[in-house]
Amino acid sequence: MKIAIPVDEKNLESSVCVSFGRAPYFLVYDTETKGSEFIDNTAETSTGGAGIKAAQIIVDNKANALLTPRCGQNAADVIKAADIKIYKTTFSSIKDNLAAFTDGKLPILEEIHAGFHGHAGN
Amino acid sequence: MKQLLILSGKGGTGKTTIASAFIKLADAKAYADCDVDAPNLHLITGWDREPQKKDYYGLPKAKINTDLCIRCDQCRQNCRFDAISAEPDYKVDFFACEGCGVCEYVCPVGAVGMEPAVAGELMLYSDEVKAFSTAQLRMGSGTSGMLVTEVKKQMKSAASDAKLAIIDGSPGIGCPVIASLSGVDMVLIVAEPSISGISDMERIIITAAKFGIETAVCINKYDTNIKNSEKIEQFCDEQGLPFVGRVSFDSGAVKAINNGQSIVDIDCKSGTEVTEIYHKIMNLLYDNSDD
Amino acid sequence: MPDFMGTQAINMRIAVLSGKGGTGKTLVSVNLAAAAKVSTYVDCDVEEPNGHLFLKPEGIQEEEISVRIPKVDNELCNGCRKCVDFCNFNALAYIKDKLIVFDDVCHSCGGCVLLCPEKALTEKEKVIGKVQKGISDEVTVWTGRLNTGEATGIPIIKKLLVENSPQTNQLTFIDCPPGSACIVMESIKDADYCVLVAEPTLFGVHNLNMVYELVKLFNKPFGVVLNKCLQEENPAEQFCLEKNIKIVGRIPFDNELGTLNSNAEIAVNKNEKYRELFSNLLETVTKEVQHEAATNP
Repeated sequence: MKIAIPVDEKNLESSVCVSFGRAPYFLVYDTETKGSEFIDNTAETSTGGAGIKAAQIIVDNKANALLTPRCGQNAADVIKAADIKIYKTTFSSIKDNLAAFTDGKLPILEEIHAGFHGHAGN
Repeated sequence: MKQLLILSGKGGTGKTTIASAFIKLADAKAYADCDVDAPNLHLITGWDREPQKKDYYGLPKAKINTDLCIRCDQCRQNCRFDAISAEPDYKVDFFACEGCGVCEYVCPVGAVGMEPAVAGELMLYSDEVKAFSTAQLRMGSGTSGMLVTEVKKQMKSAASDAKLAIIDGSPGIGCPVIASLSGVDMVLIVAEPSISGISDMERIIITAAKFGIETAVCINKYDTNIKNSEKIEQFCDEQGLPFVGRVSFDSGAVKAINNGQSIVDIDCKSGTEVTEIYHKIMNLLYDNSDD
Repeated sequence: MPDFMGTQAINMRIAVLSGKGGTGKTLVSVNLAAAAKVSTYVDCDVEEPNGHLFLKPEGIQEEEISVRIPKVDNELCNGCRKCVDFCNFNALAYIKDKLIVFDDVCHSCGGCVLLCPEKALTEKEKVIGKVQKGISDEVTVWTGRLNTGEATGIPIIKKLLVENSPQTNQLTFIDCPPGSACIVMESIKDADYCVLVAEPTLFGVHNLNMVYELVKLFNKPFGVVLNKCLQEENPAEQFCLEKNIKIVGRIPFDNELGTLNSNAEIAVNKNEKYRELFSNLLETVTKEVQHEAATNP
């Protein structure tokens, strides 16, 4: 299966990016081939709706799971509509998260925040 | 890097006054002002050198080439923002244009183009030991979460070794606040004891809670309305939020700020109170790091 | 109507603004309206309208404000994604053979509907907030409210100002949103005069400068009210002197006023000394406007 992670730099030693929509890159890791590919997040420079565009990129790259520290409502709606599961990263290192994911130790991301434009305060 | 974010919900509650005192007390090596609409922190952090400046671009805005324009009026009719006027020549109102690109699309002769538009300016003050990142949106530009993200990125890359970062947040509860929350370890809310201040504070607490970030509350100018201050403390109690202190209204604070100083640079009541709050916050921040 | 205006017809729109929230915009505009007695107060701070907390208007009538947003017919959509690529606001996504519209990010530009080759997109109305009208003594109170999370309050402000296009014998006070963003520009567009409220600190000067630039850009006549004045030196006052800006009033910092205001009470109605303060301010401002009208018709 293919796993996507927002990352700060284009290498496996990089840390997980704290933001999903405005992460500079996504790592797409293939658990079968152990191959990794870094894709540019063209949503990074969007003035608005970055989460939606970033999520579209994840979907278009045919990821089966997304590992992220947090995720906005709009982005989560896109990801879920594509039947991609969202897991919460628990380490800052990419490798630790991948290992934890493989061991089934990463929790499903429960708290979806309101996002830049939505529903805050309700 | 541990990040402490100072927020208020409402503007003018004293966020920057408290942030600048914390920066001084912690001798912070990294700090940022995320109030990109009306940044003030640079006024009292004592940098005498010029910052490095970088333009910040928002969405490109439309521009009409009148040499090509055939006055078909399509652009004006299709603009939902009343941003195009026809007399004497077809022209885009830079401030009304939201950058949607509809005029460019409908123009039959290619007379409309989208041009990069500077929406603000990023500034970085730095020396061998510390870095201060800030920005100012231009007049007429809407609030932007992206600029806030840029401010924080700039701070982090300029002072990647700093152990503690203090961030003066944006007012309100909208997009810039959410952007300032990402990656933060703790939030300190500076509340004001007014009816409108309380409702804004509640909204920001809910927002921070959704991010799962530990949130503490203090009250500034608590003695301007003791009854409302008590309401705030009671609210914190009910919600299980750490209440870390009260700061008095103090004309000494005004004096310090007008000298370009923080309130802990001079001997004043509010300075002493904020110092106590600072120690409580540091305890909370470093306790959290154990788990 | 105060006596000094005599029998002359008053028809003025006065916008009250400040570079930052919490400066005293609402204090000034609400108390000016109360001091004027027969007047209209328009709250354009649609994200956080607070004027109604003070004026407590009654007999509220309200009207919802809508914008148009796209609606997709997934039967007609062939997945060409032209709309997704076009939308500069990233309000559209195409997932599993379905187009999804994100209402709260949409700016209602109508572009996607225009360009869809399959005519799969149409528009529907979406409520983004409302305007309310009520009465508080002799003050007509208009409040605009933007629902939380909506992209822009400009359609609401437009509605508020259209509803309040110039009437005779009426003073209108416009409580603007803080800052100098496009939403503030919209609010002051038709104002005859702008009152800038400033705090007596270095911060206050910086924030005052922002709105000062704004009113200059729009060629609006304006004056400054210095709020929260202490005995200390006032950098905002210095700024006005340097720039040759007219100071139309000074509001002292005092605990009684602070308490009244934080309890959302109208100072003018509670204490004669505040009535006098704001009546004087009103008189100064009205004279300024009339002077402007006479010299720059």
